[in-house]
Amino acid sequence: MQRIGVFVCHCGSNIAATVDVKKVVEMARMEPGVVFADDYQYMCSEAGQAKIGAAIKEHNLTGIVVCSCSPRMHETTFRSCAKRYGLNPYMVEIANIREHCSWIHKDMQEATEKAVILARAAIAKVNLNAPLQAGESRVTKRALVIGGGIAGIQTALDIADAGYEVDIVEKTPSIGGRMSQLDKTFPTLDCSACILTPKMVDAAGHEKIKIYTYSEVEKVSGFVGDFTVDIRKKARSVDATKCTGCGVCQEKCPSKKTPSEFNRGLGNRSAIYTPFAQAIPNVPVIDREACIKFKTGKCGVCEKVCQAGAIDYAQQDEIITEKYGAIVVATGFDTIKLDKYDEYAYNQSKDVITSLELERVMNAAGPTKGHLERLSDGKAPKEIVFIQCVGSRCADARGKGYCSKICCMYTAKHAMLIRDKYPDVNVTVFYIDVRTPGKNFDEFYRRAVEEYGVNYIKGQVGKVAPQPDGSLLVQAADLLDNRQIKMKADMVVLATAIEPDPSVRGIATMLTASIDTNNFLTEAHPKLRPVESPTAGVFLSGVCQGPKDIPETVAQAGAAAVKVIGLLAKDKLTTNPCTAKPDELLCNGCGNCAKVCPYGAITYEVRQINDHGIREERRLATVNNALCQGCGACTVTCPSGAMDLQGFSNRQLIAEVDAICR
Amino acid sequence: MSVNEEFRPKIVAFCCNWCSYAGADLAGSSRLAYPADVKIIRVPCSCRVNPMFILRAFEKGADGVILCGCHPGDCHYSTGNYYTRRRMTMLFSMLDFIGVENGRTRVEWVSAAEGVKFSTTMNDFVAKIRSLGKNVRLGDLRCKD
Ligand SMILES: Cc1cc2nc3c(=O)[nH]c(=O)nc-3n(C[C@H](O)[C@H](O)[C@H](O)COP(=O)(O)OP(=O)(O)OC[C@H]3O[C@@H](n4cnc5c(N)ncnc54)[C@H](O)[C@@H]3O)c2cc1C
Ligand code: SF4
Ligand code: SF4
Ligand code: FES
Repeated sequence: MQRIGVFVCHCGSNIAATVDVKKVVEMARMEPGVVFADDYQYMCSEAGQAKIGAAIKEHNLTGIVVCSCSPRMHETTFRSCAKRYGLNPYMVEIANIREHCSWIHKDMQEATEKAVILARAAIAKVNLNAPLQAGESRVTKRALVIGGGIAGIQTALDIADAGYEVDIVEKTPSIGGRMSQLDKTFPTLDCSACILTPKMVDAAGHEKIKIYTYSEVEKVSGFVGDFTVDIRKKARSVDATKCTGCGVCQEKCPSKKTPSEFNRGLGNRSAIYTPFAQAIPNVPVIDREACIKFKTGKCGVCEKVCQAGAIDYAQQDEIITEKYGAIVVATGFDTIKLDKYDEYAYNQSKDVITSLELERVMNAAGPTKGHLERLSDGKAPKEIVFIQCVGSRCADARGKGYCSKICCMYTAKHAMLIRDKYPDVNVTVFYIDVRTPGKNFDEFYRRAVEEYGVNYIKGQVGKVAPQPDGSLLVQAADLLDNRQIKMKADMVVLATAIEPDPSVRGIATMLTASIDTNNFLTEAHPKLRPVESPTAGVFLSGVCQGPKDIPETVAQAGAAAVKVIGLLAKDKLTTNPCTAKPDELLCNGCGNCAKVCPYGAITYEVRQINDHGIREERRLATVNNALCQGCGACTVTCPSGAMDLQGFSNRQLIAEVDAICR
Repeated sequence: MSVNEEFRPKIVAFCCNWCSYAGADLAGSSRLAYPADVKIIRVPCSCRVNPMFILRAFEKGADGVILCGCHPGDCHYSTGNYYTRRRMTMLFSMLDFIGVENGRTRVEWVSAAEGVKFSTTMNDFVAKIRSLGKNVRLGDLRCKD
């Protein structure tokens, strides 16, 4: 028989205001096995834990139940408390009477009754708990970063500086991400390349960092500390060890009609290309779909002009298998497609562009060499209209419900830069709200209005109509003056909502990391564990977790690195002891369980057993505790009921069911 | 339906630790109410729920059982919820056959971010059970006294 102590937490008034904690204590005392029950203001506090410790000693407790907040919050706290006072940590169960009770019910009697039942279920369970010993697993001291934008680069640099090896996998031919496409950056207006390029160079030159560009993660197996990852290094058709980066091939390549991804399709690139001049590595790739040699067998110009003999048409994709202790996702974002926004005439007029396209237009290395001009006729615009929140904060299914967070600031930036360089151009911004929280952000926006005379109008644009004379008619409602506006513009810029890179879904599935309804990766706790995914060993960096600007991205990237470093600094990790365990007298070696185990943790071996005095050899299931993750799939599939899960055994779960239905 | 207003059903909700239990926690921290009739049991994965547990619940007088897991493709253990889906399809049709109507059993996918979905699901499920009324307790007629 267990000797159980029950500890009911008030959580200040979070629990005690809706649940009669004294009543819960009183009812708990009547449950089988309970030898002690008490309540306290804050069980998780030092004094609360000392109370638990004292009771363990005084009453010789063999198990405890804490009626408190979610076990996802404080299970580890109370387990280590138990351990400190000499009790096996797996003899602790939590009754969640806060998130699952006091916070969602108003009626005191109802909530108290429910809390009593939840306590009862936990007591019934702990009566059947057995002490468990956590095992150990090794830690591979190398990290993988998926995505080589500013987030991935910063995380990799920070981890590498701490002395650990890091690999970056980037799907495009160069690292740099969106930031490499930006012209100038708020709130300081320094040039994006000037602050990004040195970081890219640092990463490429770091002895601890290996960069796989034009590569993708194909398969992930294993678990925290010991992941095995297959990386597909796509065939570049150029031998990186020979290429000198001279660029002759790109110049001479006769296939020059492929829309440049880097310039958002506003200019063309050759079939053999590096996305931009400062690309890292400065080694081109052949786009085999555009290459004449690959399409027709003729051409071969690049091979002829390459002095270094680096062109290799026969190159194949390569699969690299590597082990990692931790994985950081930094896959960033893209802007949403505007197909469903016909009212802005994005697909009808070349002079309606997205803000990211404007970044390329304003950039000296962009399609217009940095001249502000209309893409339809090359004329200098006189009247520019910006429309904010295109697809952001959108109530209907066409767009996104969330705020993309960066658009208010970059629109102010664009407006200011245009007014600065072209003082005779009128700039009008239509907005729903201007949101500028952040250091020096509001000051930045006010400068746009006060110093640069940007015309901000609170209102939504209903329609942008291309006119026969080539201009654009913008129809909008001015919400402050309550009037309709019709104005002509030469150019319209859409602050388009951002969304996670579409590949993140596949990445999340491979990592069993969760994503929310908008495809942003979910953090382990929205406030307290913002850079960890709920999956152990997987961390989040940058916009893949939620919209962010560069300062926030870099801060989060550093935070993710710290978490990785903390993990890699350990030599061993303790493993979850709640693993499957077959009863050798019941197992008949049928082989069902191994079939459902996602981790290949079950094998069969022939062993001598003693079944009620009869000695015989039998084929029996054996679970490898280092591989078993404790899902329980095998326990349900086992026809003889031999397989059980420690910590969540059949008897324990049935005891909970019984307690609830009593 | 005043009778059913009074009727407080016994409802067991199995929630997987990684998604649905966290979804229930989020419903809690967002103060999204649902009836106190729902009592949650935490399991590592939805695939840990043995059909026996559900039969047991009905045998002990439950009026409804709901099983929540991660969305297909999102199971923390990759494939657990696919087993759940197949097992429960079988179990629920058998239960329906022996008199526990389909409305009393449900499988629902709720992610850690879906506090709202958790609460609306529970509200909806409880309303359904209340409209169905008290369940006939599963048992063996031969053992009746
Ligand atoms: C128009 C515009 C203007 C902006 N202006 C500013 C500004 O002035 N100041 C500011 O602070 N912020 C600005 N931002 C925001 C800034 O761009 C982001 O904060 C920043 O780029 C986020 O970095 P990231 O690394 O998280 O994502 P990204 O820059 O998107 O990088 C992600 C990287 O991961 C790669 N990747 C994606 N999927 C995979 C995969 N499956 N496998 C391998 N690699 C993958 C991508 O190719 C990319 O290289 C602006 C944004 C926009 C759209
Ligand atoms: S509990 Fe899951 S991981 Fe462990 S042996 Fe069974 S099926 Fe495999
Ligand atoms: S399913 Fe059960 S009986 Fe069959 S081998 Fe596995 S543990 Fe043994
Ligand atoms: S862990 Fe949620 S269904 Fe498997």
